[in-house]
Amino acid sequence: MERGTLRVSQGTKGGGVETILQSLQPLIVKGVPLTIALTLGLLGMGLALGFPLAFAQVYGYRPLRWLCATYEQTFRGIPALVLILLFHSGLALSFHILLPAFVSALIALGLRSSAYQSQIFRGAIQSVSEGQMLAARSLGMSKLQAIRHIILPQALRLSIPSWTNEFSSVLKDTSLASAIGVVELAKEGTLIMTRIQHALGARWILAIWLVVSIIYLVLTALGNRGLGFLENRLRIPGFETRGKVER
Amino acid sequence: MSNPVRADGEIVLRVEDLHKAYADNQVLRGVSLRLLKGETKVVIGPSGTGKSTLLRCINALSVPDRGRVWLEETEVTDRHVDINKVRAKIGFVFQSFNLFSHLTALHNVRIGPMRVRGMSKAEAGRLAMEELERVGLADKASAYPAELSGGQKQRVSIARALAMFPTLILFDEPTSALDPELIGEVLEVMIGLAKDGMTMLVVSHEMGFARAVADEILFMEHGGIVEQAPPERLFARPENERTAQFLRKLTELYGE
Amino acid sequence: MGFVEFARSILPELIAATGTTLELTVCAIALGFGVGVTLALLRVYGAKPLRVAAGAYIHFFRGTPLLAQLLLVYYGLPPYLSMVGIRLSPLVAAVIGLGLNSAAYQAEYFRGAIQSIESGQMLAARAVGMSRLKAVRYIIMPQALRLVVPAWSNELIYSIKYSSLAYFLTLKELTFVGKRLAMRSARTFEVYLVVAAIYLVIVVIVSRLLALLERRVSVPGLGAGRGRR
Repeated sequence: MERGTLRVSQGTKGGGVETILQSLQPLIVKGVPLTIALTLGLLGMGLALGFPLAFAQVYGYRPLRWLCATYEQTFRGIPALVLILLFHSGLALSFHILLPAFVSALIALGLRSSAYQSQIFRGAIQSVSEGQMLAARSLGMSKLQAIRHIILPQALRLSIPSWTNEFSSVLKDTSLASAIGVVELAKEGTLIMTRIQHALGARWILAIWLVVSIIYLVLTALGNRGLGFLENRLRIPGFETRGKVER
Repeated sequence: MSNPVRADGEIVLRVEDLHKAYADNQVLRGVSLRLLKGETKVVIGPSGTGKSTLLRCINALSVPDRGRVWLEETEVTDRHVDINKVRAKIGFVFQSFNLFSHLTALHNVRIGPMRVRGMSKAEAGRLAMEELERVGLADKASAYPAELSGGQKQRVSIARALAMFPTLILFDEPTSALDPELIGEVLEVMIGLAKDGMTMLVVSHEMGFARAVADEILFMEHGGIVEQAPPERLFARPENERTAQFLRKLTELYGE
Repeated sequence: MGFVEFARSILPELIAATGTTLELTVCAIALGFGVGVTLALLRVYGAKPLRVAAGAYIHFFRGTPLLAQLLLVYYGLPPYLSMVGIRLSPLVAAVIGLGLNSAAYQAEYFRGAIQSIESGQMLAARAVGMSRLKAVRYIIMPQALRLVVPAWSNELIYSIKYSSLAYFLTLKELTFVGKRLAMRSARTFEVYLVVAAIYLVIVVIVSRLLALLERRVSVPGLGAGRGRR
């Protein structure tokens, strides 16, 4: 994995800083896109699974509800790191299913996110007042119609704040994919750290991690800004999207 | 003065011997009634006596334990009947309005015709505007429920019910959640409907309304109908002592 | 060897590692509590610069991944700490990293709790003649502590799960030892399954216990804070 040679400075501070800046490039060029791809991918997977799950839990029969609740509890009780290792090394060595590291991380974290998103959507659906359903049924709408035209539009709007939270958590969790070698932002940082250590000395490591942290902060802020924008676009006068307890 | 347009003899609603219990509480004990086309009947009584439950059993929002309900020729309580089709013919106006919070007034009124009756968006929209005009809220068509006063919300909710061209409209304490000064505008609309010949079953304690348009007033207590009579007779010569007591209390509280 | 037998054979080593996990978790959450309460008090009662500083701390630690924080502590600080003669063991680094992270979240929960009881109570306390410090100590904090129990329970569960990140610091906690075992045997999947099961069991038991605690201490009103995973 040649990334271009690292010019070893002859000890001048200026040279050190230049080299640092140069070597930090891969963070932005390679680490960030991968982090974003992983984040979006697994959020999407979590949404695709979590939404029907929430649905099933609110409107399904008791055995189905129990099943969904168990799924949720399981994927929320197991640490993300363990899930990642399970889906990568576990599958590879025990069953000879060697998935690309990115895919393993995507599946593991995606399944986990689906459990959290299912809870978010479930809460949102349940917080739409019962009167809405009654009114819809009274007009002659079938349950499905009522859910589709009345409950869901409101539930989705109510989900946005919690979902923004989920986005932020997921973004941070992608750093765990570094455990199986996915070269996202955190792993990139580790690689750079090793090289810098040999080339320039260990005192620069702090700076590297500070830069990595700042990049995460920027990504989070951008994401929050984007979702806040979405929230505003969908805003309905007087319709409360903020939950009970915020600050 | 009760409604001068006489009912023409066609039975719109038949309720026979309804029973309903919640846990240990027997809320309805054998309630029966009939509504002819064009009639307006008002149900009064102390709270918790099952008046709301009665209405909800009629459009199957609640399922009675015993007893049957017919809307014209269709038995509502029949398990095999398509309940959505039945409900499309019964309008329901709730005490807490229950307007769809994410839709404007216009969209609230047009969604029934659009999604249940399958009208086109344009057609349903035109119909919705007409109904909003009928209740005097054409200028609020693009307002959201949160931007409307209680009285306006309730009028939109009546327009929403009307847009379905119902055979019968049920009103569950339509003005109880309203500030006093807003009650008038809603009652006005309801009186207009009654005079236009709409078949209505109203749970309310608005005696002025009852006196103006009710063909009959039913006094319910402890899950049963204690007495029923046209307003003039009920007020002048109630047969039952409990009825008299209740009417006295109402007059004290609301000064009719 | 069937799964159950295999599981039983690796259990002793894993249970030993679980001890480290719990040790780490308890120390970290205690550190988080101390720092978190301080931060919360600074945010509510402090002078502007202190409020801003506390706010910046909280923003940083909540907005960046725990992993980055741990690596920063374990690899980034030692070159400077060694100048003052301090050596960081994996356990201590993990406790610091996890603790400082937890502090940021706990600070927010406490702040929410304190602010929700603020006005009348403080006024009444001052009216009786208590100094601000006394009022906080005897009136505000006892109530705040009861209010945060649900959120705090959440935080404890979170810490148990995220103690697994000490894996990156080569601390011999459950996940690290699990990996070692998994790499040794060919039955990797099953090893991780057992590891996952152990975490699950701990989380479920602790949740139940905390739910009991919540009921005994509950105050209607303030619910759980920003949900943690």
